[in-house]
Order: sequence, then structure tokens, then C-alpha cells
Amino acid sequence: MKMKLAALLMGVAVLASPATADKNDDTLRIAMAFDLENLDAYQNTARVGIILARHVWDGLIYRNPTTNEYEGNLATEWHWVDDTTLEFSLREGVKFHNGEEFNANDVVYTINFVADPENGVRPARNVQWLAGAEKIDDYKVRVNLKYAFPAAFEFLAGSLPMYPDEYHSSVGPEGMAANPVGTGPYKVSGHVQGELISLERNDAYHPASPKGAPSIKFIDWRTMPEMNTQYAELLSGGLDWTWQIPPDQAENFAAMGKLNVTNEMTMRIGYIGMDASPRHGDTPLDDVRVRRAIAHAIDRQGIVDSLMKGASVVVHSACFPSQFGCEQDVAKYEYSPEKAKALLAEAGYPDGFDLTMSTFYQDSPPEAIQQSLANVGINIALDRTKYAALRERVHNAEVPFLYMSWGSYSINDVSAITSKFFRGGKDDYAQDSEVMNWLEIADTTTDPAVRKENYSKALKKIASEVYWLPTWTFNSNYVFSKELNFVPTSDEIPRFFTATWN
Amino acid sequence: MLRFIIKRLFLAVAVAFTVSMISFSLLFMAGDPAIALAGESATEADIEAYRVQYGFDRPIFEQYVSWLGNFLTGDFGKSYYFGTPVFDLVMSKLPVTMTLGFCAITFAILISIPMGAIAATRPNSLIDRVALFIAVVGQAMPSFWFALLMIVAFAVKLGWLPVSGSSSWYHFIMPTIALGYYATPAIMRLTRAGMMEVLGTDYIRTARAKGMSPTKILFKHALRNAVIPVVGLAAVQLGFMLSGSVIIESIFALNGAGFLAFESISRNDFPVVQALIMIFSLIYVLLTLLSDVLNAWLDPRIRTA
Repeated sequence: MKMKLAALLMGVAVLASPATADKNDDTLRIAMAFDLENLDAYQNTARVGIILARHVWDGLIYRNPTTNEYEGNLATEWHWVDDTTLEFSLREGVKFHNGEEFNANDVVYTINFVADPENGVRPARNVQWLAGAEKIDDYKVRVNLKYAFPAAFEFLAGSLPMYPDEYHSSVGPEGMAANPVGTGPYKVSGHVQGELISLERNDAYHPASPKGAPSIKFIDWRTMPEMNTQYAELLSGGLDWTWQIPPDQAENFAAMGKLNVTNEMTMRIGYIGMDASPRHGDTPLDDVRVRRAIAHAIDRQGIVDSLMKGASVVVHSACFPSQFGCEQDVAKYEYSPEKAKALLAEAGYPDGFDLTMSTFYQDSPPEAIQQSLANVGINIALDRTKYAALRERVHNAEVPFLYMSWGSYSINDVSAITSKFFRGGKDDYAQDSEVMNWLEIADTTTDPAVRKENYSKALKKIASEVYWLPTWTFNSNYVFSKELNFVPTSDEIPRFFTATWN
Repeated sequence: MLRFIIKRLFLAVAVAFTVSMISFSLLFMAGDPAIALAGESATEADIEAYRVQYGFDRPIFEQYVSWLGNFLTGDFGKSYYFGTPVFDLVMSKLPVTMTLGFCAITFAILISIPMGAIAATRPNSLIDRVALFIAVVGQAMPSFWFALLMIVAFAVKLGWLPVSGSSSWYHFIMPTIALGYYATPAIMRLTRAGMMEVLGTDYIRTARAKGMSPTKILFKHALRNAVIPVVGLAAVQLGFMLSGSVIIESIFALNGAGFLAFESISRNDFPVVQALIMIFSLIYVLLTLLSDVLNAWLDPRIRTA
């Protein structure tokens, strides 16, 4: 019996050499750890959805990931008519995957569809500033805003793909999810929920696009939640590309030398939140000297060097450095346990104190922070919990001290971070009316100079009062075949339309 | 016999509902589901909208009762994540899990019954020791670890088998072995014990005395009787296989119900998790019931126990 079984297995093994679709048949095989619930770009909130949308659809404008400048994509020219009106001239001669001609009707239809709350666009944040759009002529439209919204270009470039009006109005969101149609560099040619999205190069892609002409013919986009499986697929040649590999594994891959390993910063930054307002009652953190002591006590550079690794850097200002308005000239707290101890003594805690730090991270940086603080006498009890549970407790003012992170949903504008954490909401640990005021001015004016000035004031105060101790930028490791040319970008949106075979 | 079945059936139903109640409350203990659903970048208003839309603002008991009522009428609700009916979703994924489960239990039976039988004929011999060793290793080694070892050996080093996916039958070979191996120790040990007992009975001695061939005695007379309790055990093990496939499916990226369960837990898709827990526990309870009844039918002494 056993002999027979062994023979059977051997026989199968000979027959079953795994299919190797790769450079030879122009198929790029990539893996994502997360599944996409819905292919319709306006019906999902996942990062993989943002990535897919960049490939299948185009926006009116495009942010060049290298220069961070806006370039025309489906629009050729645009300007503010007033604080709440934008006018776009559209590109002629662009066709959707189904042959439909792109023109003003598509833009007006898409904007009006997503601006209507009845249509339940997710996430609402992407569209809630839009009032609607009107057609001026076949290739000219006006987009109306509900209120002055200076970050509009970021959203127009990032999360507002243009839909074909005739197709979408006849098939609806369900039809769009089943058979997505856009103008983008890739067409969806097949989809098995939870398993595979098949993409095929759009050979008719409009040549003036800032995305450039796609090179690789097919993309097999697989869902693989288990990282070990991804590693095995990479090593056995079943995959050409994956990402979000932990630093230690990336080092192993690099040491093997069979695959390319690159590292790129992401827009996510870590932060230590300290309750400076009376929300949590009396804690030692109410004293700015204690908060400064904590800032001096944590060896951020050391943690970056030994644990975060890669492209991560220490950040001092409460934003991601490339974001518009991210003032860098703020108070900086160098690592100095001596200064920390002196400040603690001055504040009346010469022997330190006990404190609980909450985090949803299960890896080592929280422990390194704990150790840094122990060295100056602050005994940290680590409270590790799931993200949703922690957020709930934060909102209920039950967590005076925490280590979390924020990715600004890849929006390259300071408002994507400061508005959430310092404009008086439940995530605001400062509740500083002066800061709130500056931010409100900056968030609601379209004049870049005024915005910069007010963000600068707010960020300087946040740093000098240590309402937040920004820690470091996060990074992502990309591992891919030596046959592939791939360049990662810091907005964490892999662009396979720029990838080529060697 | 009927009374016994009714009693067991009642017990089975009670177990299923206890499971559902516990799992329902556990999901809520993991944090506010509305926050988890709305995601990191959601505003306070988004979260409130989710809370009202899905009825999380109601008392948990009320939510449970309404969920249970719907479940009993075949309405499993809609997935929060996919926005599609849970029933369709689960039904589209169950075939993969069922295939894997049946392949695994078949594999386990084919391996362990012959080994158990042979081990019983030569207690404490080398064969017996080897069988025991295999059983102990199978019991001790976590299935995910065994799966990874196989991937390294057969997919990465030798390149014989594909690492992951479910597009052809050879994608099922490693998952079947990884999952089935876990069930072999129990079946093998039970077969061995049963065989040893049967082999010592009078009718086997009589058969030997009549001059029947040892193979015929072993397989026709002894194994048939020794294997009866194994059938019951195998049914229970099949339940284990189905629920154990959560890990195996995610390792081999098999797109089945176990994988769906794993993914749904991480994205707090309660209706899907609830439905899967209920379906898995119902299958498990049913199989256990089946094995109880089977054993009682085969051995009248159990009925009165």
C-alpha cells in the first residue's frame, strides 16, 4: 500500500512540474497579502484597491511620484475659477477599454455620481468635498466644491478615477465590479474572488499619459495571506514580485542573492501620543517637562538603525516630510538620558514613575521604547491590543500614553495628518485652541503661502509642547525577480505599468 | 434506541447553540465592530453610520436573537466586507474545503488502518515501533509546520509540486497530506488496539485452528470487527479536518471556506465568521452524533450508558 502511494506521488510529481508563466510568456506574477472586496474603485477602502485603480483607471491629473508635481492625465489644463470652482480642459482622443470615447460627459457623470451621498462611495472622505460638476463644452468641465478644499488636487490625482458614463449608467456599480472598464494602462481580463485578478495590457493606452506606456503584457495578481507561502513561491519561481516583507526576512533574501531586494520609505509615520490636556485626569504627562524628558529619553535613531532599518528615518515634525506644509524647522529632541533625568527631577519626579503604554504593534519597537524609558526611571507597562479596540479606548479617553502610526492614506498634504490629530477631535491629545485655529485657517484656504505659514505655526507649537513625539517613518521591503525592473515609490502604490523585463 | 437518538440529538443542538452564543459574544469583545469595519481613516461620522447601518447600537442580546432568527430561516445576512449574501459566499467556497477534508480523511484512513493492523500483528516489533513513531510525530507536530516543511522540500528544493493555489488536483496533494497526517495517530492507535483485542478472541483462535490463511484471518475476520469503532472516530476526525483546514488553506492559499474564515476574522466580517462557525460546528456536531449513533447501533451496551 505504502509502496503504491509513494509510486503515485512520484508519478504525480513528474507530471506536475508547476506551470511557469513568467518573462517567457510576458506574465508578471505578483502577490498581495490582502484580498480586494470589490474591484469597483469607489466601493472599496483597501490599499490594494488604490493600487488596482491606478492600473485600470486614470484620473484627471496625476502626481509624479518622483517630483511630487501634478501632471495632466485625462485633463490637459486646469485652474481655480474661485475658491470653490475648478475648471478643467480635457484630453481628446482617449478611449475607454470598451471603445467608449472619453469626453466631458464622463467627467460630469462620474463627479456627480460620486458626490451624491446616496450612492454610498467608500471612503466618504474622498468625495465629501465635492458638490458636483457641469459641462462647459465637450472637452471642458467645471468641478464645484462644497467648501474651499486646498487638498483637492491630491484627491483628484489619487482617488477620483473617471468612469465611462454610458457603460456605468447601464451596468451600475455591480456591473463595474464584475467587469471594470476604465481608460487605464491595464484591462481586467479575469477575476476569481479571493484568488486571482488577471490584468492585460491596454495596447490602445493614450500615449500622452504621464503614467507612460505599459510594457509587460499580462499581470497575474494573486491573493496570498500567508507570508511564508509567498516566500516559498518566490524561491520556487512561482512568483515574480511581492512586498511588505519584514526586515529580517528581507535580509535573508538579500543574503541569498537570487532575488532583488529593495527598500522604500512609506508615508506612514510612528508617533507617541501623550495626553497634555485634562481629558485623562491628572497624569505626570500634563507637565511639558515630563513630555520633553520622554522625548529626550527615547533613542529613536538607535531604534531606526537596529529595528526599523531600511529607508526609515527619524522624524521630528508631526507629519511626513514630503507632505505639503510639513514644516521641518521645529524643536528637535536629541537622545540624551541625562537631559531626560534632569527634566524629570525638575518636574518633581527624580525617581521616575509608572506609566502604561498602549499599542497595537506586536513587534519589537514598543519594547525598545519601554527599555529607553526604563533607563531614565519611567517604568512602562506595555498594553498590547487590537487596532479597533485601542481606537475605541482612545476615543473614550482611556489611553493617556500610546504608540501608534498614521499613513495619511497616501495623501501628500499635511491636512491628512494634522486635521485628524490636532483640530479638537477625539484623537486630539492636545486640545490646544491656538493650534486648532491655525490648522483651520490652513485647511480652508487655497493660498499656498497662507497655508504654509499656518501649518508651520501649528507644527512648531506641537513640537515645542511635545503634544506628540513623532518617531520614525516606516518602510517597506520589496522582493522581486532579477528578471524584473521595478522601482518602488514612497506613496506605497506599486506601479506595474512602469515595470519592464530585463 | 430512539430515546437514545433523541437524547443525543438534543445534546448536539445544545452544543451548536452554545458555540454560536460564545462565538458571537467573543467577536464583540474584540472591540467595537463599527470601528474595525470603518477602518483607520474613517471619521467619527463614518463610524456612527456603520453602527446604525448594521445595528451595533442595539443591545448585544437583541442582536444575537435577531441574527439567530435569520439564521434559522436560512437568511445568513450580507457580508460587511463584500456586500454580497453570506450564503452564496460560503457555498462558493465550501467545495474546496469539502474536497480537502474528504481527501485528507481518506488519506489518513489509507495510511493508518493498514499500519495499525500490521503493528497489531507484531506488537513491540520494529514495525510497531515505526508506526508508533509516526503516530507520535503526527500528534506532536503542528500541521502548519509540517505543511511548511513539505513546501520547502517538494516545492522549493525539488520543484515537484506547486506551492499554492487550487487550480488543479495536484495543488491538493500537499494540503491533503498535511491535513490528513494529523488524523493518522488516533486512527492508527485505535486500529492497533482494536486489532490486538480481536486477535486475542476465541473466534480468531478457532479460525486459526481451522487452518485459515493468516491474511484472510487478519483482514476478513479480525479487521472487520476491529475497525468498527474506527469508523466513528474517522467521522469525528473529519470534523476536525474541516475546521483544521482554516490554517492549511491559508498556508496553501487554497480559496476555500477555511481561508474565508481566516480572512473574515482579520477583517471583522462578523456575518461570515458567524455563519462559518455555525456551519463548521453543525457539521462537527452532526458527525459526532452520527458516530455516537453508529457506535450505539453496533454496540448495544453504549445505549444504556
